[in-house]
Amino acid sequence: MIQPAQTLAQKLIARSAGRDHVAVGEIVNARVDLAMFHDSSGPRRLQPMLQELGASIWDKSRVVLVIDHYVPERDEESRQIVRIARDWARSEALPHVYDSQGICHVVVPQHGHIRPGMMCVGGDSHSPTGGAFGAYMFGVGSTEMLGVMVTGEIWLRVPQTLQMHWRGRLSPGVTAKDMVLSMLGQFGMNGGQYQAVEFAGEAVRALSMAERMTLSNMSAEMGAQVGLIAPDDTTLAWLQAAGAEDLGEIGQWQTDEAAERQRHDFDASALAPYVAAPHSPANAHPVVQHAGTQVDVAYIGACTGAKLDDLRAAAQVLRGRKVAPGVRLMVAPASLQDLEAARQEGVLQSLQDAGAELLPSSCGACAGYGNTLDGDVTVISSTARNFKGRMGSPTAQVYLASPYTVAASALRGVISDPRGVLP
Amino acid sequence: MSLAHRIWKLGADIDTDVLAPGHAMKHGIDRIAQHCLESVRPEFAAQVKVGDVIVAGPNFGIGSSREQAASVLVRLGVAAVIAPSYSGLYFRNAFNVGLLLLTCPQAQTLQDGQSLVIDQNASWVQTEDGQRLMCEPIPDFLLDMARSGGLLNQLRRKLANKTQPPNPSLSPTH
Repeated sequence: MIQPAQTLAQKLIARSAGRDHVAVGEIVNARVDLAMFHDSSGPRRLQPMLQELGASIWDKSRVVLVIDHYVPERDEESRQIVRIARDWARSEALPHVYDSQGICHVVVPQHGHIRPGMMCVGGDSHSPTGGAFGAYMFGVGSTEMLGVMVTGEIWLRVPQTLQMHWRGRLSPGVTAKDMVLSMLGQFGMNGGQYQAVEFAGEAVRALSMAERMTLSNMSAEMGAQVGLIAPDDTTLAWLQAAGAEDLGEIGQWQTDEAAERQRHDFDASALAPYVAAPHSPANAHPVVQHAGTQVDVAYIGACTGAKLDDLRAAAQVLRGRKVAPGVRLMVAPASLQDLEAARQEGVLQSLQDAGAELLPSSCGACAGYGNTLDGDVTVISSTARNFKGRMGSPTAQVYLASPYTVAASALRGVISDPRGVLP
Repeated sequence: MSLAHRIWKLGADIDTDVLAPGHAMKHGIDRIAQHCLESVRPEFAAQVKVGDVIVAGPNFGIGSSREQAASVLVRLGVAAVIAPSYSGLYFRNAFNVGLLLLTCPQAQTLQDGQSLVIDQNASWVQTEDGQRLMCEPIPDFLLDMARSGGLLNQLRRKLANKTQPPNPSLSPTH
């Protein structure tokens, strides 16, 4: 029998639903291969509900807990939340727990948990990050996660695919963050309409895994359910280095040429660095439109802006230089693995010599949970969201940009095009 | 459903961080609810009454996966949200915690302070002056979920083995 042409999203869903193919729009029931949650969305919400139901976890080997939101603990409430997570992990004897190791969206793939072909859910909106590995990964709330914990299954409406096709190559100083901010500027915060976004083309193929993760991560901002990238040799090499096992055949995990999808074309070589102005990631424009805006704080942090590649980018701008007087540069590496690699490469030293303060590898100021920013400050940040009040201060003006642009702006004291300061 | 619901009208792009602010997230739902919408309608949490509805612009609930952004509205007694579009993640969360969301392309024509009734199949809303607005159909299993008070109650029913709810995730299809 000849199979109908299918998108990558359809193929991933069909596999998890035990079907040969699925049609766009139909509601299916998927088996979950991996469920990830953190201290904020996980134990403190799940444990009481499981207890109330008298139910137990369907398969502990498929569960990963990452303690990243309320660490390091700062007050009695955060101590309590983290204590619940640790106690529950111990009493349930969860086999996969990463405590204060970094941010879940980075730590989980770095330990080889996400592989091409998998169906994964995460108790966090940036869970589409897993799509960078050719897995169907999306975010769910705590109650829906409870359903997964009890049944091991989840319902899905098979999405349409919006294929973002990037031809050409990015110029030096231009990154995946600039790609995704420019797409957000064009499509808006909900332009993905909870469909599947797939990033493709020569420019995407040329990206490192860390950069691909940034693209997939911020498909959440586009309102997509997932942000998929077909796995290739780059994916395999990265996963093998991360110790992932059972990688299997990856050739099947790509959109068929004849599959129906909405295709949008972009030219990577023509892309300039982008900045999203307050208070929406979709309020995005080429950096030149905001150049000269004075900044008080430059923040390099978060799952989408402080992986090793991001730290390298910032160091490339700041090596042998000092941040402008009066600017506070904060660096919160996305994971301990990234921190350690940056230390060994001398990247961390370059940043600290330039005046950076090193913050813990956790979600920190990005979500306003820890190390929040106070007062009437203007911030340029490599994070994913600049909603009003998100970073802790309702009067803060937060601009989003790539780590190159954040570093260049810290150097000059005003929002700056990194291409003008790169050595 | 003959009950009249008073409208609180909000703008477009009401995000999860406005519904459930990050600074309050370490607390329980009662405390988070006190801060619901504080940056756009500071009087909302104190003045909203059981049975009121929210009418909003497009993209309601964009942002985080925190379902407290939907639970706060249930906690405050909000009967439904009526908007032209939602974040997909928020849409799932709302039904999971028992909050009815009506997708209504003409929601913008409704006015703050007006009253409306909701059709028992949630397929339309009608204002006191007779204006009827159609809403997009909701799959039966989701309508059942909202009416049951959320997924937790559906799961409780399933585990008690009394009825088999029509949620496809809860029925053996493999």
